[in-house]
Amino acid sequence: MTGTTLLSARKAMVQARGKTLIGPIDLDLGATGVTVVIGPNGAGKTTLLKTLYGIQRLNDGTVTWSGNEEDIRKRQAFVFQSPVMLRRSVRDNIAYPLRLDGISRKAARDRAEEWGHRVGLGRVLMAPARQLSGGERQKLAVARALINGPLVLFLDEPCAFLDGRATREIEEILHSAVADGTCLIMSTHDLGQAKRMASDIAFVLGGKIREFRPATDFFTAPETPEAQAFLRGDIVE
Amino acid sequence: MKMFLVACILVLFTLSARAESLRMAVTTSFHNSGLADILLPEIRRDTGLKVQLLVVGTGQALRLGRAGDVDAILVHSRAAEEAFIARGFGDHRREIMYNDFVYLGPAADPAGLRSADSATDALTRIATSGAAFVSRGDDSGTHKKELQLWSEAGRMPADFGRWYKPVGAGMGAALNTAAALDAYILADRASWLNFRNRRGLTLLFAGDRALFNQYTFIPVSRKHHPHVRADAAKTLENWLISDRAKSLINNYQIKGEHLFVFNARQ
Amino acid sequence: MTDIWQGLVQAFLLIVGGDADLVEITLRSLQVSLTATVIASAIALPFGAVLVVSRFRYRRGAIAVINALMGLPPVVVGLVVYILLSRAGPFGVLDLLFTPTAMIIAQVIIIVPLITSIAHQALRDLWSDYHDLLISMNTSKRQRVMTLLWDGRRALLTAALAGFGRAIGEVGAIMVVGGNIDHATRVLTTAIALETAKGDFALALGLGFVLIILAIMVNLVIHSLSRTEREGRW
Repeated sequence: MTGTTLLSARKAMVQARGKTLIGPIDLDLGATGVTVVIGPNGAGKTTLLKTLYGIQRLNDGTVTWSGNEEDIRKRQAFVFQSPVMLRRSVRDNIAYPLRLDGISRKAARDRAEEWGHRVGLGRVLMAPARQLSGGERQKLAVARALINGPLVLFLDEPCAFLDGRATREIEEILHSAVADGTCLIMSTHDLGQAKRMASDIAFVLGGKIREFRPATDFFTAPETPEAQAFLRGDIVE
Repeated sequence: MKMFLVACILVLFTLSARAESLRMAVTTSFHNSGLADILLPEIRRDTGLKVQLLVVGTGQALRLGRAGDVDAILVHSRAAEEAFIARGFGDHRREIMYNDFVYLGPAADPAGLRSADSATDALTRIATSGAAFVSRGDDSGTHKKELQLWSEAGRMPADFGRWYKPVGAGMGAALNTAAALDAYILADRASWLNFRNRRGLTLLFAGDRALFNQYTFIPVSRKHHPHVRADAAKTLENWLISDRAKSLINNYQIKGEHLFVFNARQ
Repeated sequence: MTDIWQGLVQAFLLIVGGDADLVEITLRSLQVSLTATVIASAIALPFGAVLVVSRFRYRRGAIAVINALMGLPPVVVGLVVYILLSRAGPFGVLDLLFTPTAMIIAQVIIIVPLITSIAHQALRDLWSDYHDLLISMNTSKRQRVMTLLWDGRRALLTAALAGFGRAIGEVGAIMVVGGNIDHATRVLTTAIALETAKGDFALALGLGFVLIILAIMVNLVIHSLSRTEREGRW
């Protein structure tokens, strides 16, 4: 809703076993800012994110990328709720996307080390990634996602399993990425996080986007009764 | 990448060795006699030929000859040899030497072989007594000899009861089985002399002319297989009928006993 | 029981005595089986990885067939290879029969299904772990295969060594296609078969112990070279 449009969804729908998981969805994602997707569990936040990203197959409708970047890895990256660690060192994990692009091992490792330091993993760069704690893993995942400088970063409840300190550290990294020009779209069930981070809110319920407005507007005056109930703390279905 | 190069080098290595050599299929009974270990180095020294022996049963030897996978064969089964030549796979037969077959069995000799008066009589006694008998059962020269003797005794193995045990194996393996079962068995003398696992087996009958075992050399014919090393085979044949071969063969002994009699026409 | 004890004694005497024939057949055993393992791994490991990441209609069937092929009797493989390489057969002109090369070919055919099956099983677990991440990074199939092969290399080494074990102990196929020719294609297993047939059990057992020791040593060397047991590496 701010700046040029990067991603557009028109009548997008995903179904499974006869049920509609999400849809129909109509959405335009801008090139800057932080869009936070909120809603109760099972509302379809994860499915929505995966659909917009392109790893969820559509049963109907379209999702179109209208930005400039041709190379997909430079367009977008995804951070999962539970990040996958490759069986390698922390440094080689972060460097992996660069190696996919054919960048030499030395150059990739140098850049990975930079990013490792930037996210606070400087001391464990050579350790096997599988030995990291939850918070450290998520920092690795974010560094790995940002190393290619994507235009859009998708995050699916990235701090769901993290404690307060790790959450704060991740949010700092994300803020800094936004300052560098990356656009974020992330889901969360932490309303506090939504308030801290969002420039726009997408409120999802029953597989549909009920409200999509600037964050300040949404939090001061939610339009739909469901959103009001949700913000009050009631259980909404 | 490194592993791939190592693999290539290893493979090339295996392909590299190519001396003046000849492949000959011989029977297990010939090999078990140990005579080859004496002859092969002498052949190498006198003619420069490296003879590679494939030790198989007579049936397989003939098959290898038919397929052209060997350059010559040394077998001991006249009827099969003549069929081989008649079908054009071999040019001619060259008799080289003979040894003999012997009957072995349990020392207690329930069938009374010690008092048999001929090779066929021995078999008749075994059949009547129903004592266990181990047969090669593998279409080898020894097996064919055994079948020939049964037919001269007027009996057919197809009618035999469970005392008759065809094992489908080489001489050594068959002897092992006979020793373990305390059974009678027909074997070539050389294999018997070299056999180390005798247990209760002893030699019970020998000497009948019918038990003589002729070894014949047949070079594989160029007609069907132009690639066979016919010149090398000729060299080997000439050596095998030479005086040198004659003295080596006649003087060969196992445990003080002579085994072969050289009878090639020179 | 005395045979087993005599076998151990024979093994000791053979090894300590440095018998020239023993050295020759041992080296040839290693040459044939190691080469076969390297070649078979070069085929089977990537193939196993491709099977994991590909989705095609007959995939389940293909995997079932490969698992079944592990049960192929080696002597049957030997007979088929013999028929193909025989002068009377299609590849006779290559003159490969009764050479170590023929033995390598037969053993490669025998162990490829085994290595593929183990590799596939190991990489399948790895793939289910990596799947979401690699898909989200828009990797090509080739990149997925390479990543799985590299990250799964410890399990793949186990698969290769399993193949080696099968090969070094194999006797049926190489007897048929190699011919057990003295100083040309005789290896430990065919020599054991020969001595057994001749009734010399003690020597056969002795050679058998040498074979076991050889297999253990190869495994130890490979594991120490790849330092797979180094603490905390994986």
